[in-house]
Amino acid sequence: MYPKKLLRSTALRLAFGYVALFGISALVLLAFIYWSTASYMEQQSDETIEAEIVGLDESYRLTGLNGLRTTILQRLGRRPAGSSIYLLTDGRYAKIAGNLDRWPAVEPDEDGWLNLELNVGSPGPEASTHPARAKPFLLPGDFHLLVGRDLYELRVFRTRLVRTLGWGLALTVALALAGAFVVSRSRLRRIGAINDVMGEVMAGDLSRRVPAGSTSDDIGELSTKLNGMLSELEKLVEGVRRVSDNIAHDLKTPLARLKTRLERLRQTSPDAEVDKAIEEADRLLATFGALLRIARIESGERRAAFQNVDLTAVIDDVAELYAPLIEEWGKKLVLHNAPGIAVPGDRDMLFQAVANLLDNALKHTPPEGRIELSLGRANAHVEIAVADDGPGVPAAERENVLARFYRLDQSRTTPGSGLGLSLVAAVLGLHHGEVVLTDNAPGLRVVLTLGYSAAAS
Amino acid sequence: MGMRVLVIEDDRVTLDFIVQGLTESGHVADGADNGKDGLFRALEELYDVIIVDRMLPGLDGLALIQTLRAEGKTIPILILSALGEVDHRVEGLRKGGDDYLVKPFAFSELLARVEVLARRRESESPQSTLSVGDLKLDLLARVVTRAGRPITLQPREFRLLEHLMRHPGQVVTRTMLLEKVWDYHFDPQTNVIDVHVSRLRSKIDKSFDYPLIHTVRGVGYVLRVPEEASA
Repeated sequence: MYPKKLLRSTALRLAFGYVALFGISALVLLAFIYWSTASYMEQQSDETIEAEIVGLDESYRLTGLNGLRTTILQRLGRRPAGSSIYLLTDGRYAKIAGNLDRWPAVEPDEDGWLNLELNVGSPGPEASTHPARAKPFLLPGDFHLLVGRDLYELRVFRTRLVRTLGWGLALTVALALAGAFVVSRSRLRRIGAINDVMGEVMAGDLSRRVPAGSTSDDIGELSTKLNGMLSELEKLVEGVRRVSDNIAHDLKTPLARLKTRLERLRQTSPDAEVDKAIEEADRLLATFGALLRIARIESGERRAAFQNVDLTAVIDDVAELYAPLIEEWGKKLVLHNAPGIAVPGDRDMLFQAVANLLDNALKHTPPEGRIELSLGRANAHVEIAVADDGPGVPAAERENVLARFYRLDQSRTTPGSGLGLSLVAAVLGLHHGEVVLTDNAPGLRVVLTLGYSAAAS
Repeated sequence: MGMRVLVIEDDRVTLDFIVQGLTESGHVADGADNGKDGLFRALEELYDVIIVDRMLPGLDGLALIQTLRAEGKTIPILILSALGEVDHRVEGLRKGGDDYLVKPFAFSELLARVEVLARRRESESPQSTLSVGDLKLDLLARVVTRAGRPITLQPREFRLLEHLMRHPGQVVTRTMLLEKVWDYHFDPQTNVIDVHVSRLRSKIDKSFDYPLIHTVRGVGYVLRVPEEASA
């Protein structure tokens, strides 16, 4: 999937935390197993040696030196390659019996034990040493007895134990990690789906819904609640929209009649006040007309009548229509058209959208301002851009100005209904396109992005 | 000169409004509030223009137009369509309508369109030259002269003048100009047409005896020879 996104996911972080916790627990547990096993075995070994000493001491008391010698030889014979060590010497440490050649020159530790290094194998370069542990014992009659045990096997076992436990730990962590990846990947996919839908909702498509899925876990519940919230939101927005559209529709007819009556009044009794009243009526009619037009565009009905639109020609026509007006206002229109660009769409609506942008730019640029209209291809899209060198729109307001009736404080005094950009947004919505407002430094740059079809034939 | 207009509209308020407006403007208007009556009257009597609502009870507006055309009636028809309905302008025109107006509308817009439609037939004969007063427009040579002096026009100005000259003495609204001269159905938020007209006006009216292009306040423009000049 997307490694970067995966690493950022909460689910994975949580999983990593669990892996660490799990790993540490396993480590502590295994260390405890090791420690108790190893020390138990060493203790076992020591106890065996001590028991043997007791037994040999008893044998000596009952059977004398010869009996003890026989017992030692018997034991050595029983375990020829065994790990037991015996050495019986006289008072001067001369060997009487046993499998050690001479008394080891090692100082006993605090508990009276000797820790030895035994030479094993044939002498020479391949000779090696085994660790061993033995306990000396003084028999009555000034005889020295040394009983011990070769610890090599024990050490080998201990090493094997460490290795086994180490592998166990590694395997535990690996399994936990794999589990974490699997779990967080599936979570990430579901959260990613929610994120995608939310993005589209924020972009204005309130009809999108999170895939509900069949699971009834927390994400499933979250999805269900989000969908419920979206439905409620859509209903509210739809309600507000319908109210304003209905008002517009219901009021437009009487307004049109009012205007007609005013016009008749002007014919019979020309008066400046009547002229002003007609102007007001016109403004109201224009506002309601724009509202209704937006409503109609947003219903998406016009999509059925989409045709291949020669955008190059539309841009030329808009520029041709507006150039004289822009000039009249002392401003300059610069056109950068591109040949042969066509998109599937509604020719009149696209014309209207670009015209509205030019209207806006015209109203908001300073005297002697410069307005740029351009058409071009960008990746798989077509971009229409209108840029001006006016005061621009603050970054925080750029989303808002696309809403109905929204006006910047600075433009309250300029004429207009506050619906021009809403209409542009509606037209682009109809075309599954996008309106993006950016900084033209100075000024505003509005970019309309449209899907790209075949070149105009 | 008044004309006879038949208005077929099921909404009584709108019907009365249109009939009253037309009557006050010096025309004779009959009303029918359903498709059947409307069709009957259209077939029985002689009208200059028929205004018909697209959605009618009994007989649909478009079906009515098709029936009239099938009967061989070439009378100009203006289709009214309520806002909010699917925009069937193209379909309406293809089925035999001559013009299309979306409700609600300003009455002046309706009146201007009806008057243009009524007189359309007079100017329908193929002409290679249009002339109003001392202004002449040669469609083939694409040359414009006034009082014998040649006037240079941009292509769009030529088309604008041509449209005005095809309807001399008739009020042409800004919306009509956008539709006929620019071929776009849209709502300008500024007086974008006025600048084009004033440029044309400065070329054909300035430094001549009398103005030909006149502004009709709140409605549009009309091209005609002033009465004092023609007298």
